Amino acid sequence: MSGHSGPVCVVLLALLVLWYVGAVFMNAPTQIDRYDRADQTWTTSQLIEDTLAQERPILPAPHQVVEEMYKSIFAIKITSKRSLVYHSWVTLSSTLLGFSIGTLLGIVLAVGIVHVMTLEKSLMPWVISSQTIPILAIAPMVIVVLGAIGIKGLVPKAIISTYLCFFPVTISMVKGLRSPQVIQLDLMRTYNASKWQTFWQLRLPSAMPYLFASLKVAIAISLVGAIIGELPTGAQAGLGARLLAGSYYGQTIQIWSALFTAAFLAAMMVVIVGWCERRVLVRMGVSA
Amino acid sequence: MTLKQVVDNVAAMPASKKAVVDIKDLSLTFQTADGPVYALSEVDLTIEEGDFVSFIGPSGCGKTTLLRVIADLEKATGGEISINGVSPEAAREARAYGYVFQAPALLPWRSIERNVTLPLEIMDLSKEERIKRAHDALKLVELNGFEKKFPWQLSGGMQQRASIARALSFDADLLLMDEPFGALDEIVRDHLNEQLLKLWARTNKTVAFVTHSIPEAVYLSSKIVVMSPRPGRIIDVIETKFPKDRTLDIRETPEFLEIAHRVREGLRAGHGHDE
Repeated sequence: MSGHSGPVCVVLLALLVLWYVGAVFMNAPTQIDRYDRADQTWTTSQLIEDTLAQERPILPAPHQVVEEMYKSIFAIKITSKRSLVYHSWVTLSSTLLGFSIGTLLGIVLAVGIVHVMTLEKSLMPWVISSQTIPILAIAPMVIVVLGAIGIKGLVPKAIISTYLCFFPVTISMVKGLRSPQVIQLDLMRTYNASKWQTFWQLRLPSAMPYLFASLKVAIAISLVGAIIGELPTGAQAGLGARLLAGSYYGQTIQIWSALFTAAFLAAMMVVIVGWCERRVLVRMGVSA
Repeated sequence: MTLKQVVDNVAAMPASKKAVVDIKDLSLTFQTADGPVYALSEVDLTIEEGDFVSFIGPSGCGKTTLLRVIADLEKATGGEISINGVSPEAAREARAYGYVFQAPALLPWRSIERNVTLPLEIMDLSKEERIKRAHDALKLVELNGFEKKFPWQLSGGMQQRASIARALSFDADLLLMDEPFGALDEIVRDHLNEQLLKLWARTNKTVAFVTHSIPEAVYLSSKIVVMSPRPGRIIDVIETKFPKDRTLDIRETPEFLEIAHRVREGLRAGHGHDE
């Protein structure tokens, strides 16, 4: 790992520099405008300093985002509506619910498709076409329709996550459950193993690497689904609501903090899935 | 069909022992896009209890297909076949045979012991019984001490031995082996052949063994079935008279060379004029 940390730091540093330069250039016009209106003379160093300290900049500087994140994560009580921890938890809970349902649904669909020829022909086109519909178009309808029949809050958002994340799981699991070699399937046949036994002893373990690869994708897009689900709910709670509120009031710093929090959550969840993957694969005898 | 007469002669020999595999006029035709492929044609063969029968022939002669028909992994399209007096399907359902494939086909996520217990788990044996049988089977192939290892930690020869232990674990009387040592080097192969013979002598199992090595066939067998391609058929059946506890030394004897010569002649004749 230590061999990688050098290059990683260089890239991070380059991005940071690029960001600062970008912030200065993007915020400079409004800042100059402001000087002009106040009939104020200004120097370049003053301009740079001011562009990085605006209250509603077009592009906030990294330290502003970090400061805002620190404030809204650590400095505020987590039960407060201004706490990012509170909003993160709202989004995370629906992400996890949607991810669980989506994974389960994805696996069940894959098992059906692999075992029943008719299902492959009838279901697979729908599975694929479901993902060609823009989620931004579907999400408000799901929220509105479910809201009309009295289902509100967590579940509708989770359903949008489910809608997004079952797909990679189904596709990978179909591939994974079909990955046993002919010779291994023949072997099970010589034992007169039932379909059920072949599934548990051969198909499912063979599919594990495929499953985990898809879970990493699924957990990340579950979060995206939950955030999209929060956009049309009238901005009550969640990172999506925070993004929306930020954009209503031009609170760019708030938007960027919510964005980074979401990215951090996604990264954490992918790391956790990766950790589970390693645990399972080690138990399955893969050399470390 | 003078070849068929040879077969009939063999079939007419004193049948004091029980027939484990009985095949009459068996044929198998694969329907492909390029027209029918005659994989097996007019196959007559009896394998008796305690026999070690080798199937030898060039690739495409249907020797593996014949073994797969016996194992009910392939269905014959004509003729009759019975295993222990019942259909191959019934025999498979009764777990009448252990099958060893060309590749070890061990499940990589199971330890060697748990690979050997796989069939026992499927047959729903108790855990103590499974462990005991795995222990015994691994001992037979001299792999005791490797129970907890995973397949990738073993050499190719050891993996194939583990797969033989797996086929032995549920103690079927019939062992079907499809070129089990084909991918191994000469020295490992000799060693495994010796072990296999000892096993055969000790357990009195019936073995059907596919190979394309003449010395291997002659060394191991009590009966050698020489096959020829297009269509896959039996062209000679040779009985050997070596004792069950033979050693590798018999390969230097005149009898051995004589039989090897006859097998080679058969293979050459079977190749015909089309190459």
